[in-house]
Amino acid sequence: MTAASITPAAGAKSPSADIPFNKKPVSPAKIIGTVIGYVAMIAIAAFTLLPFIWMLLASVKPNNEVFMVPFKWLPSVWHFENYINIWTKSDMLLWVGNTVFFAIIVTFLQVFTGSFAAYGFSRIKFAGRNALFLVYIATMAVPWQSYMIPQFKMLSSWGLVDTRWSIVLLQAFGAFGVFMMKQFYDTIPEELAEAARLDGLSEFGIYSRIVLPLSGPSIAALGIITFTNTWNDYMGPLIYLRSQNLQTIQLGLKTFISQFNADYAMIMTGSVLSILPILVVFLIGQKQFIEGIATSGMKG
Amino acid sequence: MTQANSAAKTAVAPPDHSKANKAIGRRNLLNGLIFIAPNFIGFLVLILIPVIQLFYIGFSKWSAFGDPVFNGLTNWRRLSHDSNFTASFINTIVYSVVHIPLTLAIAFALAVLLNTQLKGRAFFRTVAFFPYITSIVAAAQVWNMLFDAKSGVINQIIKIFTGGWAPAWMGSTKWAMVAVIIVATWREVGYFMILILAGLQTIPGELYEAASIDGANGWQQFWKITVPCMRPTLFFVLVTLTIQSFKILDLTLVMTNGGPGTSTLMLAQYVYNVAFTRSDFGYSGTVSLVLFALCMIVTLIQFWYNNKKEK
Repeated sequence: MTAASITPAAGAKSPSADIPFNKKPVSPAKIIGTVIGYVAMIAIAAFTLLPFIWMLLASVKPNNEVFMVPFKWLPSVWHFENYINIWTKSDMLLWVGNTVFFAIIVTFLQVFTGSFAAYGFSRIKFAGRNALFLVYIATMAVPWQSYMIPQFKMLSSWGLVDTRWSIVLLQAFGAFGVFMMKQFYDTIPEELAEAARLDGLSEFGIYSRIVLPLSGPSIAALGIITFTNTWNDYMGPLIYLRSQNLQTIQLGLKTFISQFNADYAMIMTGSVLSILPILVVFLIGQKQFIEGIATSGMKG
Repeated sequence: MTQANSAAKTAVAPPDHSKANKAIGRRNLLNGLIFIAPNFIGFLVLILIPVIQLFYIGFSKWSAFGDPVFNGLTNWRRLSHDSNFTASFINTIVYSVVHIPLTLAIAFALAVLLNTQLKGRAFFRTVAFFPYITSIVAAAQVWNMLFDAKSGVINQIIKIFTGGWAPAWMGSTKWAMVAVIIVATWREVGYFMILILAGLQTIPGELYEAASIDGANGWQQFWKITVPCMRPTLFFVLVTLTIQSFKILDLTLVMTNGGPGTSTLMLAQYVYNVAFTRSDFGYSGTVSLVLFALCMIVTLIQFWYNNKKEK
């Protein structure tokens, strides 16, 4: 493996006296390691990006060029109008609207209830706290796929199938948000809250005036992650939503693909549009996103 | 930490300590419950109760209408000679056995790569993470087109090297699983790379400096410093990756719909099929319990293994 030769201090041999001006003599092993490192990085990046590039180019190709043999990367005619026509050919606007609605409500509820509960778990010592938190952690290991059926039957017995409520309830109360916010609150020095408590501030006051203002970055991280999850969720809407006017972007795109199954360029246009908003959100909030994941994992 | 806080409270409280402690305990309990309630009520009703119900449903007969009726081990006997169940179980295991080490190895290698001074690594980190935030529907669609047996880009490239032969991918019972594993690995590597990278960055640089002064080469440093320091991270990653592999559902549902035949039918999709195409909710609960048990067993084994190693 190349891994060994490029660990931080790898290959650093004792300085040799006969190269006086070179502060860090570079050993051949290190050069080879660096070269292999770059080659691997470029190769993997190309492999990762290829489907995206292909998708983008296919979306502006004439249909008969998408599957041309031998394949051509660039279209003979650039059909940028696909990106205009798709709005009339499909209910894209409705899907995006529904999805944004769900994503905002779910993100708000997850951040609000998650940070609130996390404060309770992190900062208030009460009987049964640790046992309760253990239950939260334990259910994080239980896959949704294994309880989706009882959950569906329960929500359907309440008459919530094919309503907006179903998706909101499904997504908003995960243990993940609580876990992630608690990880962060545990790092806030107890003295801050303690001083406020002696000054007579209530627990809610400490939460809203001291802890919440400090937790901007983690709230941003949880918000971005939840938004992405809700935007990309396919199974929830698939199981719960039937009506045309409730379709989300993922569900709509899937229907669109089966309806226009020969209109390859249009399908790719829809796919690009379904990814684009999340890509923008990710690029803007990348730092919070990745740090949030690195500290607590992500609901997958 | 919070104990210190209540201790500090008692110091300023009136002399009757036990009474003051009790009052603080009561107030803390009330406050704690108020803070936890909004999330906990939702969590209890929507997650915990369905999980508990599962243990009854898995032993019941339950069709589209009415209530579940307990029927003992009938569902479990049916499970033992259900060829679709066996196929989905084996497929899930095969998928996991290939996907887990593959993803772990690539993610580890990439994380080590990103933990160096190579230029462009920030850009690379972003790129490697892209697939994970891409929606399953769009990803499955573009890969299906790339994997197209006759005129897909991938087979056109393969044919250059093999002189005309290329796998049928989604049209073949053998190759469909390979395609699923490739796409799943492409999608998830970036995510696990981030988790592993976070672990690597906690290893103090002095360890490597000391080791290289002692004359340890890069290979030795990797096995004697990096790997042991990474055990807790790798443990967490392995648990997450394993559970994620066992519960694979939407990727195969969209990409292959379990086909051709049952060659990529996964356990979770079988749960879905039994429930929503056959309306056999009792039996789907039984299959769910198998999925549940699988995840729990792995979690327990890994916990036990990790504890043992640390002793």
